[in-house]
Amino acid sequence: MNQQLIVSVGREFGSGGHEIAACLAGRLNLKLYDHNLLDEIAHEHELASAVLHKYDEKPRRLFLSRNENGYSSSAEVGVAYLQFEYLKKKAEDGESFVVVGRCAETVLQQFPGLVSFFIVGDPEIKCARIRNLYHLSEKEALHKMQRHDQYRKKYHNYFCADRWGDSHTYDLCINSSRLGIEGTTDLLEAYINNKHKRHSTPDSASGNTFP
Amino acid sequence: MISQILAVLIFLAMFALIISEKFERHYVTLGCGALMLILVFGFCMKSMEAVINTLSIHSFFEPGFWYTGSAVSEGSTGINWETILFIAGMMIMVEGLGKAGFFRWLCLQLAGLVRYRPVPIFITFMIMSAFLSMFIDSITVILFLAAVTVELCQLLHCNPVPMILSEIFCANLGGSATMCGDPPNIIIGTSLGLTFGDFLSNTGIMAGLSLVVTVVYFYLCFHKELAACGKTAPAPDHYPDPAEAITDRKEFLSSTAVFAVAVILLVTHAITGLTVSSIGVFIAILTLLIQHRHAKELLRKVDCKTLLFFVGLFVVVSGLEQTGILQIIASFISKVSGSNTMLMVAIILWISAVASAFIDNIPFAATMLPVIKSLSAVQGADLSMLAWTLSMGTDIGGSATPIGASANVVGISVSSREGHPIGWGTYCRYSAPATILVIAISMICIYIRYF
Repeated sequence: MNQQLIVSVGREFGSGGHEIAACLAGRLNLKLYDHNLLDEIAHEHELASAVLHKYDEKPRRLFLSRNENGYSSSAEVGVAYLQFEYLKKKAEDGESFVVVGRCAETVLQQFPGLVSFFIVGDPEIKCARIRNLYHLSEKEALHKMQRHDQYRKKYHNYFCADRWGDSHTYDLCINSSRLGIEGTTDLLEAYINNKHKRHSTPDSASGNTFP
Repeated sequence: MISQILAVLIFLAMFALIISEKFERHYVTLGCGALMLILVFGFCMKSMEAVINTLSIHSFFEPGFWYTGSAVSEGSTGINWETILFIAGMMIMVEGLGKAGFFRWLCLQLAGLVRYRPVPIFITFMIMSAFLSMFIDSITVILFLAAVTVELCQLLHCNPVPMILSEIFCANLGGSATMCGDPPNIIIGTSLGLTFGDFLSNTGIMAGLSLVVTVVYFYLCFHKELAACGKTAPAPDHYPDPAEAITDRKEFLSSTAVFAVAVILLVTHAITGLTVSSIGVFIAILTLLIQHRHAKELLRKVDCKTLLFFVGLFVVVSGLEQTGILQIIASFISKVSGSNTMLMVAIILWISAVASAFIDNIPFAATMLPVIKSLSAVQGADLSMLAWTLSMGTDIGGSATPIGASANVVGISVSSREGHPIGWGTYCRYSAPATILVIAISMICIYIRYF
């Protein structure tokens, strides 16, 4: 692909969104950015990556943080901005990549090559997946799922005007429980290819090209 | 009784909304201020006089607002326009200084003078942070200082967190030294007719002594990290040139001159009789004339939200004052401390410090000011002594936690965005003991001076 392609994958906890993003990255031969983004930032700037990971994709703590003239005392907010700037820089440099979470669909919305997805799942299937992955009881898995989704929602909605998981925020929202990981990946890949094809051939009506 | 209950409810709602950050804080104070005017003064008290006193528009037309001569006048209740005009004027001056590159130039110049050695940079930046904060708002000081600190630490292969934590603490400490260093001091000074010299010879001495102790304390805390600086990598070939920080040489020189004039006017205002409001207006006009090419931009950058926050806040506090709530608080403190003034000082100092560590110290100081006035009137305690107690408590208490003061928020934010997040644990481990130390020093100083 000559044109820039940025695939942003938002996801509910346990929906397999991360795995789908990894599969897409593999199939499209793109780099995947998830929590490894902080390792890369840490490596480039000689920072302690463990300290950064402590605050990764976490919402600010309401009564334990304060804002002042656009500055926040929350380390979580600081680390989030650090990642947003890094993603923007990568995108401005013309790099194509797949990114999991991190408000990428909003942070990178000015880049025409952006395709954004949000993966949801049926609660019982997500729960079973979490139980398998983390060896938890059903109750523990359910609790973990609810806690993480709450975190992700708060994190996203703090930085973005568009709501987390709202279909208007993304190109496509899909329930991975219907087609499974593989089937969902196939569908998303087809969507990306289709969109790319549509925009790379001159449009007879508008003459627009992708991106 | 209903007016008192309503006033307290509005005040508590204001605090809760400020903490929740659901709305911008100026909307909160203005909204609560409007409710106070309509519901408490209008419907409950049916007092037009209370509304007029609170809005305090007449103060602009009083000669004492602009020029006091040698007479010391106590401000009326209601909106403290003197504070608001002064802060607005200083905002314009500081914006001009920043635009000309003054702060970055100063930081780089000092780092160059100590030959970019970590320990001397650590100490000089702490002292510079305290000194600049005596005259300039601590947010601006920390904003520039923290950014340069991160830049230098990257060059020197150091962790900037120890330096930033120390600079934040010293900015708050420096702010406590003078009448214009921290908003609570401006409110206390203008309301009680205190001068720059009064502050300098009282809170200034406490802050000066505390600065020495603080430098030693933070050095002992971080000497291992500082010693390790630059050991993992070779020294850089070149350092940033201070001259590159200057965007326009002529504007740089004239802005620096305006800053010097502001300092002279503030230091001598008891002699010249100029009030801080007239100094603020004069400095703003001077800056705008000198930087006339950027006048519109400078005016646009004035933080109107903060000024409106002050307006609303003063109205809400005036509601508490005029309904007698603050007198009730004063009599409670008076009852608890009995006739023991030493105990009263300790209560005010430590309660102010603990409260300011968790909530904004500006509304707290504005609320406590009528309380100490009332305490002084009832108990006969020296009002200026209580003023220094309140000032040190509110100014220093904010240093204890990441959310206690504006400088902490800005410093932590700059550090986090550069990849050096500072959590509550790290912050409080070093700054909370330092806060306790300085509050204890202040208490001892007040006891020695007044008892």
